[in-house]
Amino acid sequence: MIRGVIVMNGQGKPRLVKFYEFEPVEKQQEAIRSIYRILCSRVENVSNFVKADSIFGKDVRLVYKTYATLYFVFIFDKSENELAMLDLMQVFVEMMDRCFSNVCELDVVFHFNKMHTILDEIILGGQVLDTNSSEIVKAVEEILKLQRNSNSITLGSSTSGWQGR
Amino acid sequence: MGSQGGFGKSKEFLDLIKSIGESRSKAEEDRIVLREIESLKARLGDPNTSKFKLKEYIIRLVYVEMLGHDASFGYIHAVKMTHDENLHLKRTGYLAVTLFLNEDHDLIILIVNTIQKDLKSDNYLVVCAALNAVCRLINEETIPAVLPRVVELLGHQKEAVRKKAVMALHRFHRRAPGSVSHLIANFRKRLCDNDPGVMGATLCPLFDLIMADVDSFKDMVVSLVNILKQVTERRLPKNYDYHQMPAPFIQIKLLKILAVLGSGDKKASEQIYTILGDIMKKSDSTTNIGNAILYECICCVSSLHPNPKLLEAAADGISKFLKRDSHNLRYLGVGALSRLIKISPEIAEQHQLAVIYCLEDPDDTLKRKTFELLYKMTNSSNVEVIVDRMIDYMISINDGHYKTEIASRCIEVAEQYAPSNQWFIQTMNKVFEHAGDLVNSKVAHSLMRLIAEGFGEDDAAADSQLRSSAVESYLHIMGDPKLPSAFIQVICWVLGEYGTADGKHSATYITGKLCDVAEAHAIDDIVKAYAVTALMKIYSFEIAAGRKVDILPECQSLIEEMLASNSTDLQQRAYELQDITGLDAHAVKNIMPKDSACEDFEIDKNLSFLDDYIRRALENGAQPYIPENGRLGMSDVTHFTSQENHESSFHALRFEAYERPKPAVALNIPPALDPSTEVPVPELSYLADIQQPIPPVPSASNIGSSELKLRLDGIQKKWGRPTYSSPVPSTSSTDIIKNQNKANQPISVGSSNAKASTVSYDSRKQVQEISPEKQKLAASLFGGASKSDGKQSSSSSKVSKPLHRPAEKSRSVTTFDTTIVKPSQPPPDLLDLGEPSFTNTAPSVDPFKQLEGLLDLTPEKPASNAFRAGTTDAPNLMSLFTDMSLNVQGDSLVNSISNMIDKNGLGGNTGAPSTPQTNKGPNLKAALEKDAFVRHMGVMPSGQDPNLFKDLLS
Repeated sequence: MIRGVIVMNGQGKPRLVKFYEFEPVEKQQEAIRSIYRILCSRVENVSNFVKADSIFGKDVRLVYKTYATLYFVFIFDKSENELAMLDLMQVFVEMMDRCFSNVCELDVVFHFNKMHTILDEIILGGQVLDTNSSEIVKAVEEILKLQRNSNSITLGSSTSGWQGR
Repeated sequence: MGSQGGFGKSKEFLDLIKSIGESRSKAEEDRIVLREIESLKARLGDPNTSKFKLKEYIIRLVYVEMLGHDASFGYIHAVKMTHDENLHLKRTGYLAVTLFLNEDHDLIILIVNTIQKDLKSDNYLVVCAALNAVCRLINEETIPAVLPRVVELLGHQKEAVRKKAVMALHRFHRRAPGSVSHLIANFRKRLCDNDPGVMGATLCPLFDLIMADVDSFKDMVVSLVNILKQVTERRLPKNYDYHQMPAPFIQIKLLKILAVLGSGDKKASEQIYTILGDIMKKSDSTTNIGNAILYECICCVSSLHPNPKLLEAAADGISKFLKRDSHNLRYLGVGALSRLIKISPEIAEQHQLAVIYCLEDPDDTLKRKTFELLYKMTNSSNVEVIVDRMIDYMISINDGHYKTEIASRCIEVAEQYAPSNQWFIQTMNKVFEHAGDLVNSKVAHSLMRLIAEGFGEDDAAADSQLRSSAVESYLHIMGDPKLPSAFIQVICWVLGEYGTADGKHSATYITGKLCDVAEAHAIDDIVKAYAVTALMKIYSFEIAAGRKVDILPECQSLIEEMLASNSTDLQQRAYELQDITGLDAHAVKNIMPKDSACEDFEIDKNLSFLDDYIRRALENGAQPYIPENGRLGMSDVTHFTSQENHESSFHALRFEAYERPKPAVALNIPPALDPSTEVPVPELSYLADIQQPIPPVPSASNIGSSELKLRLDGIQKKWGRPTYSSPVPSTSSTDIIKNQNKANQPISVGSSNAKASTVSYDSRKQVQEISPEKQKLAASLFGGASKSDGKQSSSSSKVSKPLHRPAEKSRSVTTFDTTIVKPSQPPPDLLDLGEPSFTNTAPSVDPFKQLEGLLDLTPEKPASNAFRAGTTDAPNLMSLFTDMSLNVQGDSLVNSISNMIDKNGLGGNTGAPSTPQTNKGPNLKAALEKDAFVRHMGVMPSGQDPNLFKDLLS
């Protein structure tokens, strides 16, 4: 199963943290720090996989990839295929790009609730829920549309904001 | 509107993020966050705060907690928000609680009710939100509250709901398997759902269920194979394709399940062979996901009942992986190899050089994976090389966790396959020197035992030679102050036992060294205890030999210090040492016989030698012995004899407060208290210590104790001569191969020549690049390159090899070319639809700069413009952003992405950088505006690197 998803920037600041088994805040922070240390020590042009058994226990590994200024990290156990996880991350990023249009770090910072919405359509309870891009986008958009509607009903146009996010 | 910054968030939130981004130190960041927490506390408590303000505060709260600060004061507000009617607020509430709370939190009880209500909602989005929360927040006790409704939802008309309901049930299964055991039929039914998404989701719980109980699902093999067949034949809707691969994630999951179902089951395996062969034949090794499927196929093959054809195809796949430049693929290749090697050990030989290259790769992950492979293929012929490599690597890394792992692996294979005791001791020395504190203390004992027992009974000269070489090597390294404690203990023991045995070193020299050690490790009581016992042995050997003993002044002071030690164990040893030096040679000889480490003790548990004494005592009117449990409340402290270190201190006086009654009773029932063996002597009331002979001379207990450490009951005797000569499970794969050669040669001479030449074409090519060193290494690891050639020529199943190799060669050459030709071009598409290994080739060119021309602005202007837009001219910016409606955006991107896929197919990065730009034309302006704004926001403190702000995906 997938243990968690972490997005952090080049300075090790977390941008999105989601663990599928509860971890107390201190442990999360510790995990983020140790992962960041590992990622920093990786040279360029090597594999995207790292064994993480020293942080999360036996047989847990993580796959990471940098997109522009951000590190994306998926943590998972041996019941998942490493390379497929890399592609799942790709699906996630593609979805973000489609939902945010030219996604950048600041989108991630401000809209991590929307990021969670997207992620929830891909991974649920540590299992891959769906990977069909159009289904995911449809689901996310329906949620957003409804939210927009509910916003405008109760608040009028005052929160039209930027695409109602 | 005036208070709104960009991104639909309030100015305050923007400011918070900006100031955190600009903060120069962790302390500064903490100050900012603490201030934020204070203000959130005040506002969340304010009853007049509007709901939508509240929503933002909750999000800020999540943000604060993500940065590692305690936000528990606001949990209750998040819980309250889940009760809200408004979907937007409700979702935010659910999101916050799923991130904040664990399933046993007290507040969960307040949410369960809401979840129950929401699961019944007409609006399927509400139901979905509730199901998301169910997957995270429901624990064993609350499962019954939602279970009936979740089961109902399995039949919901919306597939999104069915999908999530399946996941929720899966979650329940993981939490409490009993709660859903009666619902397994529902999972099977969902597998036949009309919607492929639901079917795909159902595979997750099925995988777990099948893992737990394979047999009751054997009947599903046929239908799962059928599904897999349909998937690969592209019967699923087109939108399940990913990088032109039909529903690859579903394929992988199905392969995983089939691997479990077919494992060790010939009949089931036979049903799977065909489809597996087809997928491997069709596999597309140009995309990431294609390789992921191929890897999964290989894993599946290795777990099924062996099939020669598929094994060959799998071996072929592995060689494809190992020949690639991509680290990811080589990583998979090594992983696949270590799986397959269990079934067909001979395939490793084809890949010996590739494996050695992986071993020397700068990538740590790859290296570790390769060490795992080596560990799995260790045998008595390559153990020396492999352990050497492992130790070198162990020394080079700092990661304590992995160091421990690799050290214990070293010891394990060294014990199992050691070619000689000498080598074993040297290897152990190295392991101890660098990771002594990390390994199990049992290992130290087995090392001592090996030195004590030596080569065996037959060769006393070799034994003493071994011992003196051990003594020499220890005297050489014991000065190092950083040696781990466990190793020092071994050294002390060996020096005490054999330091003066060969007469090379004087007692004075050895005792001086031992005193130094005790001094250098002044805080380590165990080391000191070992040192003192060693001193005692040396002195008693000297006395027994009739030589005069003069105790060194530093030794004298050491003894005096220990006489006053806090540790009773140390005191005891010091007293014994003091006493022993005052005794005559004859007594000492009896107490401390030389070279007696291997002698077994006869322990007379009945203490029959005391019978006489007891009889006399009884005759003289002494009270008969009452068993300990027979005299309640009586303390038997008086006759406690201070005993040997940790081991016996466990039996010794128990001063701990609040001792539980149970262990005390258990302690009192050693065999000695058995009525039949009971010894009726009041004097010897402390019978728990009866394991050791009650010493007639006080100091003799010390022999017993030092011996005690050597009686390693639990340790199997794995090393030493017997094992060396005994049959090793897989003596060496080359042996088998040689046999095969002999068998096959007369038949396949003609063809083997032809094949050998093609093979040598390959290997000759490699020979040019590889150093003789590596060849030698390969030879020692795999039993020699020449042998492997012979092997390949002999196995007639490799006929297809030559056909594959040139093709692969040319392919790998072309990929290599592309990287060489355009090394300086930035990957135009960060989505990176092709090889992952190329993503980082050259991030030096800033696409942002390339884009600037398109806006007709100088680099500075957009920034300042956007700055105003972000602060004062907010409405303008808003309108600009709202122009690009999400749908339009999405479509154009879909097009552009699929265009790129079509164009680039393999590379993804080979296209000119302008391609995606023209495709994404209309977005550029917006992207740039955003960029500039982001830059200004200073989320990233370092402004000097404009690259940081290029779009994630442009």
